[in-house]
Amino acid sequence: MASEQEILSGLAEIVNEETGLPTDSVQADKSFTDDLDIDSLSMMTIVVNAEEKFGVRIPDEDVKNLRTVGDAVAYISQAQG
Amino acid sequence: MTMTTTGTSRRVVVTGMGATTPIGGDVRSSWEAALAGRSGARPITDDWIHEHELPVTFAAQAAVRADAVLERREVKRLDPSQQFAVIAAREAWADAGTPEVDPLRLASVVATGIGGIWTLMTAYDTLREKGARRVLPLTVPMLMANGPTASISLEFGARAGAHTPVSACASGAEALAYGFDLIRSGRADMVIAGGTEAAIHPLPIASFASMHALSRRNEDPARASRPFDTARDGFVLGEGAGIVVLEAEEHARARGARVHAELLAAGLSADAHHVAAPEPEGAGVARAIGDALRQAGLQPSDLTHVNAHATSTPVGDVAEDKGLRLALGDAVDGIAVSATKSMTGHLLGAAGAVESIFTMLALRDRMAPPTINVDDIDPEVSLDVVRKDPRPLPGQGRLIGLNNAFGFGGHNVSVVFASA
Repeated sequence: MASEQEILSGLAEIVNEETGLPTDSVQADKSFTDDLDIDSLSMMTIVVNAEEKFGVRIPDEDVKNLRTVGDAVAYISQAQG
Repeated sequence: MTMTTTGTSRRVVVTGMGATTPIGGDVRSSWEAALAGRSGARPITDDWIHEHELPVTFAAQAAVRADAVLERREVKRLDPSQQFAVIAAREAWADAGTPEVDPLRLASVVATGIGGIWTLMTAYDTLREKGARRVLPLTVPMLMANGPTASISLEFGARAGAHTPVSACASGAEALAYGFDLIRSGRADMVIAGGTEAAIHPLPIASFASMHALSRRNEDPARASRPFDTARDGFVLGEGAGIVVLEAEEHARARGARVHAELLAAGLSADAHHVAAPEPEGAGVARAIGDALRQAGLQPSDLTHVNAHATSTPVGDVAEDKGLRLALGDAVDGIAVSATKSMTGHLLGAAGAVESIFTMLALRDRMAPPTINVDDIDPEVSLDVVRKDPRPLPGQGRLIGLNNAFGFGGHNVSVVFASA
């Protein structure tokens, strides 16, 4: 099981690969759409890569509830639980 | 700057050129290598080459890998065919002076013969091995044949139209023909036009080999592509892109642009003979060439240089020879014919664009590039093939040259250029 900090840094790497944003800009309080300007296609790519990286499943109906990076970290952490 | 001149009297010039090819990462290095007679064919060293018992184990891969030029994020989001197109388009646009243009008067026409096959095949592997959930959402924009023109339209803000002619190995030349029409008809003042291909993948190799289209000279790749030579045994698969900036002459003049060449005409025809084999007497080829000359108001004797399609297949090279003689008569004897695929291999949907660039550079430098590996010219070939060394083009003033590009499906395209 990864710690929330490990999930955050892993997620930051995925976001960086997809968007080119620096990893240190990917912080728990940032909104994927409003702060990081991530469109729906990029968000789905990030979700697919996160599922692969963390060995979890994030159904489409749950993706729309992941507003911030922190929401995603908490979701992945719980799904790994 | 908005210009709304319409009608078919507009002249079309080339103000930018960009390329990434098996013999150079840009236009300058590719042209230097072509004049020096360097082959881009090499054994394939990627891991996949050992997986499928492929009968052909070499190709003309890009001299400079796209991932050495583009940002990592671009590499992940663009199919290799799109990566090559973007690299060549950036060079062409910079070469044109990075102009400020009205987006509504700028179009893109970027062709491919095969499309995003690396994306398609990799995604299918993912689907089979990991399931539908793991197929990435950018798969469709990366595999679609119009992906390269879409990427370029997006990057340069081309809003007059984004188009993708698909005619196998004639595609790149057809893109120039379509761009020419867009300007002549008044729909655009500038067009980013060309072709791209990234199909050095096991499936196209197996498929082309299955139809005996590829050379099997595995032991000597650099001597495998030998257009017009008696010992030719098929083409060498290449990859890369060629992109030009076409511009209405008055638009180029108004902004003080440097002009590389004038695009005088493009002739097109279809063989309606066989889905893959060329019509053996070159009748369709001759109609494309004749059509281009008529449009441009030229006589055969006005031509000094031809960059032939000549892929190094036994049947195709002879059919082109016959087509040229049929269209040009005895005047063909005074024309310096070069087959640069002897060095670059066959870039499929990019071939007509890259070779149009070589044609323009030959006219500019008044120097026809060599055709390498013609050790023993096929007695059925009557053309004056430039062999071994580059040859100065004779004549004073404006030089006229022609590029041929033909594709499976019976597509024939001939594009005529004049030096600036």
